[in-house]
Amino acid sequence: MRRSWWKIACVVLLVYTIVGGLLLPVPALRQLQETIRNLYFHVCMWMAMMTVFTVSVVNSIKYLRQLDLRRDIQASEYATTGVVLGLLGYATGIIWASYTWADPNNPAYASFGSIVREPKLIGTAMALLIYFAYFVLRSSITDMDKKARVSAVYNIFAYAMLFPSIWIIPRLVPSLHPGQEGNPALNVNDVDARMRLVFYPAIIGWTLLAVWITSLNVRLAFIKEKNWLNAH
Amino acid sequence: MLEMRQQYSFYGVILYVASTIFVLFLTLGDGADSVTWNALFWVTQLFVCINAVAKSFLQESRGRMLYFYSIVNPAEYVTAKLLYNLVLMAIMNLVNLVLFTAFMGNPTSNTWAFIGISFLGGMGLSLIFTMLAAIASKAQQQASLMAILGFPLIIPQLLLLVRLSRYAFAEVFREGVVMQVVLLLLALDLAIVVLSVILFPFLWKD
Repeated sequence: MRRSWWKIACVVLLVYTIVGGLLLPVPALRQLQETIRNLYFHVCMWMAMMTVFTVSVVNSIKYLRQLDLRRDIQASEYATTGVVLGLLGYATGIIWASYTWADPNNPAYASFGSIVREPKLIGTAMALLIYFAYFVLRSSITDMDKKARVSAVYNIFAYAMLFPSIWIIPRLVPSLHPGQEGNPALNVNDVDARMRLVFYPAIIGWTLLAVWITSLNVRLAFIKEKNWLNAH
Repeated sequence: MLEMRQQYSFYGVILYVASTIFVLFLTLGDGADSVTWNALFWVTQLFVCINAVAKSFLQESRGRMLYFYSIVNPAEYVTAKLLYNLVLMAIMNLVNLVLFTAFMGNPTSNTWAFIGISFLGGMGLSLIFTMLAAIASKAQQQASLMAILGFPLIIPQLLLLVRLSRYAFAEVFREGVVMQVVLLLLALDLAIVVLSVILFPFLWKD
């Protein structure tokens, strides 16, 4: 019970996010209106994704230092969760964009071309592609130790290449997406005080949920690979 | 390095550049505008780089790797590879530039700037793909894996380069932005070198 306090915190925070996020008052901006409530879901997906990918890379580094296969399993499971969060972030982003960016007078495919050029979308597409490539790389090597080593190297290398570009490119290319000058919504002035009451707990809640899901997957993978792990 | 002995692959890559540009020349007919020219140049550059650099690890046989393993340490080995590929890519870059100008004309207004930018870009491309070739050489289906691993990593750099080379087409930038991007690319290259030297020893032992 004592060790599961963060799971309880996670449930409480998420219940609060959903109830509070849908019911508490929000400022009515001309363009956004009530869609601003998506902030509690969409932005949090990205935050959680970044966190989870970072944890994955830390595990890869630890693997290379200790050569412990458990670390490798953790790295790949965290990456999996990150990809799921990335896809969810896309899904919530699509819903949001279809109400705010898309021109209702045009057919959907006409807006598609201009939305796809969004630098933030490109950045995330690259992140997802990199992690898909990571899984392809993993599946193409049969030897366990070699797989762990090579994919850890790729994970670190890719992460180090990806994140500078995610931070830099949006500042060079024009964009509709908010947050041109920095991290969207993290800036205190961007978000109304009433919304911050829900927004910060929501980030923590979703991130905890991501960690929880991953820890279950990791334990499952440990059980599956028991014979391998005990041999070491 | 031993690559000197495999000159056929060097000429093969040059032939690859020449035929790619010739195909572009034939299909485009009477010349391209500067935006298309720029895009085509960088795409050609990318594919030439994959072809030239990929060979550096994928063609090594097991026995030869073992031989290298016994005589040099991994950091030296990967530095040598990086340097060799830098030089190779610089030569390819030159060939690419000359042929592009010969066949497709020269729409740049600031040619020296474009030459500089293209060498900067070639440097970054060759460094990234050297490391990726080292990773891909450990797996099966190496050639296709190389593309899968490489493209998402190279997109940001390519975007920056395409953007930067508009400078050579007389597009006006805000003051200081050009220098900033150049420094950024150099820093990125440096980061790749450092990472390669740190990470390569882990790939090396087999």
